[in-house]
Amino acid sequence: VAATVTTEQHVGPFAEAAAVPRRPRRRNVKRGLTVLLFMSPWIAGFIGLILYPMLSSLYFSFTKYSLLEDPKWIGTQNYSFMFTKDPFFWLAFRNTIWIILVGVPLRIVFGIFTAWLLTLPRAGSKTYRTLYFLPTMAPPAAAALAFVLIFNPGYGPINQLLQGIGMKSPPLWFYGPNSSKWGLVMLGLWGVGDAMIIFLAGLLDVPRQLYEAAEIEGANGRQKFRFVTLPMISPVIFFSLVIGVIDAFQYFTEAYITAGGRDHLGEPQGSTMVYGVRLFQEGFDNLHLGYAAAMAWVLFIIIMICTAVLIRTSDRWVHYQGGFR
Amino acid sequence: MKRWVVMLATFALLATACTAGGGDTTASAIDTGSTASHAPVTLEIWGAWTGRELEQFNKIFDGFTAKYPWITVVSKGGVGDPKIIAAINSGTAPDVVLSFTLDSVGQFCESGAWQDLNPYIEQSGFDVAQFPPSVEAYTTFAGSRCAFPFLTDAYGLYYNTDMFDQAGITDPPTTLTELQDDAAKLTEFNSDGSIKRAGFVPWLGYYEFSVPNLGNIFGAKWYSDDGTQSVVATDPQWKAAFQWQHDFIAEVYGDGDFQTGADRLERFVAGAGDEFSTAHDMYTGRIAMNLDGEWRTAFLADEKPNLNYATAPFPLPDDQSDQYGRGQIGGTIIGLPKGSPHPAEAWLLLQFMATDTPTLVYMANNVRNVPTTLDSLQAPDLDVTPQFQTFLDIFADPNSHYKEPSAIGASDQNILQAFAARWEVGKQTDLDGGLADAAKQIDDQLAQAAI
Repeated sequence: VAATVTTEQHVGPFAEAAAVPRRPRRRNVKRGLTVLLFMSPWIAGFIGLILYPMLSSLYFSFTKYSLLEDPKWIGTQNYSFMFTKDPFFWLAFRNTIWIILVGVPLRIVFGIFTAWLLTLPRAGSKTYRTLYFLPTMAPPAAAALAFVLIFNPGYGPINQLLQGIGMKSPPLWFYGPNSSKWGLVMLGLWGVGDAMIIFLAGLLDVPRQLYEAAEIEGANGRQKFRFVTLPMISPVIFFSLVIGVIDAFQYFTEAYITAGGRDHLGEPQGSTMVYGVRLFQEGFDNLHLGYAAAMAWVLFIIIMICTAVLIRTSDRWVHYQGGFR
Repeated sequence: MKRWVVMLATFALLATACTAGGGDTTASAIDTGSTASHAPVTLEIWGAWTGRELEQFNKIFDGFTAKYPWITVVSKGGVGDPKIIAAINSGTAPDVVLSFTLDSVGQFCESGAWQDLNPYIEQSGFDVAQFPPSVEAYTTFAGSRCAFPFLTDAYGLYYNTDMFDQAGITDPPTTLTELQDDAAKLTEFNSDGSIKRAGFVPWLGYYEFSVPNLGNIFGAKWYSDDGTQSVVATDPQWKAAFQWQHDFIAEVYGDGDFQTGADRLERFVAGAGDEFSTAHDMYTGRIAMNLDGEWRTAFLADEKPNLNYATAPFPLPDDQSDQYGRGQIGGTIIGLPKGSPHPAEAWLLLQFMATDTPTLVYMANNVRNVPTTLDSLQAPDLDVTPQFQTFLDIFADPNSHYKEPSAIGASDQNILQAFAARWEVGKQTDLDGGLADAAKQIDDQLAQAAI
């Protein structure tokens, strides 16, 4: 039996590989160490900059920790306080959900629209692309400050324009609780260039023959968009949606700046108190590092769940060319 | 489940093992300088001063080195609390620290991150009576005096004298009733009903008009005497304060209707100019009176020298007019961090900075903050204008104070401000209920901090 097995091992598609004599154990170890050596920069970075901070923050989330004192283990009290007693947690959560439900879809729609516009001109398309993309290159803090000035209800040009065309009580924008989040949405739309470039690539990638086939079938423009364009760019939409949701959960800089900075977090009337701002306030203003770590982990878990749900449900509406998934 | 518990325990073990302990290096036997050797020593002081103010600040150490030639001081500016705290935590603290964050005093003292100065004070015979009594309240918490003042802010009333003359008002208001009457005379409306010029804007968040300042005007307390419970719902002064604000808005800006006044004022406030620019409403004439700090005198001298204005203590409730002259105070603090490498020499520097009259006068004259010892307030070379003198008097007033420190930092203010923001626009109409909710939320924070 043993002889038969030995013979069988030297036939078939892997016969040549099998014929190669086994590498001595010491050489394997040496090879493994070489691989490790080449991987070591990444491994060191991963352990030092990702794994350790994550494990630390997980530990801190179960402690009372202010940076001023050593962490003190308090079990799940940070988490129970968060869900039952923190007066700003649910407010921050609601505001963040608003940004996700309103801001993310609008950004996708606007991104597709501007990308579609850029497919139209026969000349100067590169110039237009650059112009549309430029706002994305502005630092978020600078862009937010500029928007605060432009949308100032007292002397900003937007409200002066609105008053000029007859609007008696134009919005207070970043100074009004009903309009501040809309101001943030507009700020996001202004910097839509990054999404626009991806959508533009997606639109230009749609095979022309599909449109021609649709036209032969008698499809009008709306039908071509609905039944050809949208399915063909659905992977790009999916990508933008996932990234947009993750970014929106971590929304911070624009809300921080437009509210007026550290002394005015969440203003006006808590309308810009998003999750990231509340986390910052607890961690760095109130020095509740343990509690902030718990908030960070809750956010991490929520993002994981949302991303998983989006990926699971993508089967129903995302179409890949050639059927690959 | 069991596997999760094991994983969690492993994480905890790993993280604990890797966490810097920031060991307590406080000198076990305090050497207050009397026995310190004269071996050359370099002290480091970290603080948040920047720019022109940092340049002025760095000059004060020449005087210290002249007095103690064996000690050199290196000053690092632009260092905020987070970096200082991180250094303390990692055992690399400087010798002396400076902070603008008065609301963190409770946490600094209670945690021991800033050393209790009482042992140093007792051993060296330092006379704390050099400071006005009000200073102790904002530099002490839970029995630990962990900070000294190094200049301070004081808040009072600024008013445009030209507008007062035009309105026939001869003296600044001293009571809140007078303030309201004067504000009504000074307020002007546009034809569409919007506010053209506001007499006074009692809107929380409008420049320096904040919840702590509102409470201070009424002498409202934040905590019970033992500091374990919020009293914002039970101290009648809080209710009186918010009710006054409500009535003021209704009468001055709403023709008797609160909501009209609140809507007009909200829109007016939304168009306010930036606080630290020449677009400030006081500069542009949008307002006639404003609550502000003493530093505004320097800004006005620099940025709007032709503005005719005067200052006065902020008006008080009619039934507290006998205390007229007091106001909110509180400013920069200095201390010895846990792990200060040269505590004996650092204590010498701390005393020098906190009490040396020429130093305090120099800083007051150049940075335009209020000097913080009784001697420096009387110093003949203190450059005092009539407008600035008001703030020296407010600081010296025995009834002037800052809100009580607490172990929860600024959380109490955030909570009450959240209520106040709804109250002043008319979204929250139940004053008692709102204050009760705020008190409970503050108590929850206290309980969490006490774990």
